[in-house]
Amino acid sequence: MSTSEIDRQWTTRLRKRTFGKLPPEKMLPDTQPSYVSSWIYVFGVATISSLVVVIATGCVLAIFGPAWWHTSNVGHFVNSMHLWSVEIFFFSMVIHLWGKYFMAAWRGGRALTWITGMVLFLCSIVTALTGYVSQSNFDSQWISTQAKDAINGSGGGAFFNLLNGGQMLMWHIVLMPLILVLLVGVHVVLVRIKGVVPPIEENAGAVQ
Amino acid sequence: MSSFLIGALINLNHPDHYFQWHIFDISAANAIVIILMLATFIGALLLPFPGRRRRKENQ
Ligand code: HEM
Repeated sequence: MSTSEIDRQWTTRLRKRTFGKLPPEKMLPDTQPSYVSSWIYVFGVATISSLVVVIATGCVLAIFGPAWWHTSNVGHFVNSMHLWSVEIFFFSMVIHLWGKYFMAAWRGGRALTWITGMVLFLCSIVTALTGYVSQSNFDSQWISTQAKDAINGSGGGAFFNLLNGGQMLMWHIVLMPLILVLLVGVHVVLVRIKGVVPPIEENAGAVQ
Repeated sequence: MSSFLIGALINLNHPDHYFQWHIFDISAANAIVIILMLATFIGALLLPFPGRRRRKENQ
């Protein structure tokens, strides 16, 4: 095979594109700029860590089912772990969002990082709502009957029905986790491609 | 006994308390979470990050 033929192969092109944009030492760097040594940069990773616990405890709930998590002590415990790791997930995400907002972290071609973050925030809310209505208790009945009017008022009720337990459970344990995990991957890869945004005073020229 | 050991530290099994002020209406739980988030945010900006000084000494 000639070199030009090799260059035209999709495997070659994909490799050059991927590793040209994101060489391994940029994906997993040894050091970071000095301004990154601040607690505010911990909250993105704290959000990922709590998401890992959310998914792990969710898998345990899926294995044993509602009769177990509503009645047994260990079931209550795992159910509580699931809820409280969600609390920490949103808690860290909001502090992460505030931090990035006040740093104007969308500067220098990082708009897509900000946008994937915003979409993650919205998708997380949908995941939490479908989770609340999947509890299979009086709380989920109350929340679904209260929230359905808002969804119906927006027109979304045509395909998203809070009273449809099967649909809500599928969204909560299949669709939304899949979307969240994929989006978190894209979000973090985008951060690695662009590198951490410099402080505003360091590159006033980059403000767009 | 085990249910006592792994139960919540404070009894949460009651209707929530609400703060009401003019048109504002917020549950104690939500107000506490917002205050804790603000406190953590300010802490994250002001508290020194461990290892920071060591790096400077090395330079
Ligand atoms: C599931 C939720 C999220 C996860 C797991 C996540 C994770 C991360 C991580 C690990 C980083 C790099 C480390 C850091 O700076 O903290 C990062 C950076 C960033 N995040 Fe998020 N994030 C989430 C939601 C959001 C939201 C809601 C926003 C804002 C709307 C956002 C905006 C950004 C921006 C702009 C950066 C880039 C900062 C830079 O280039 O310096 N993220 N995110």
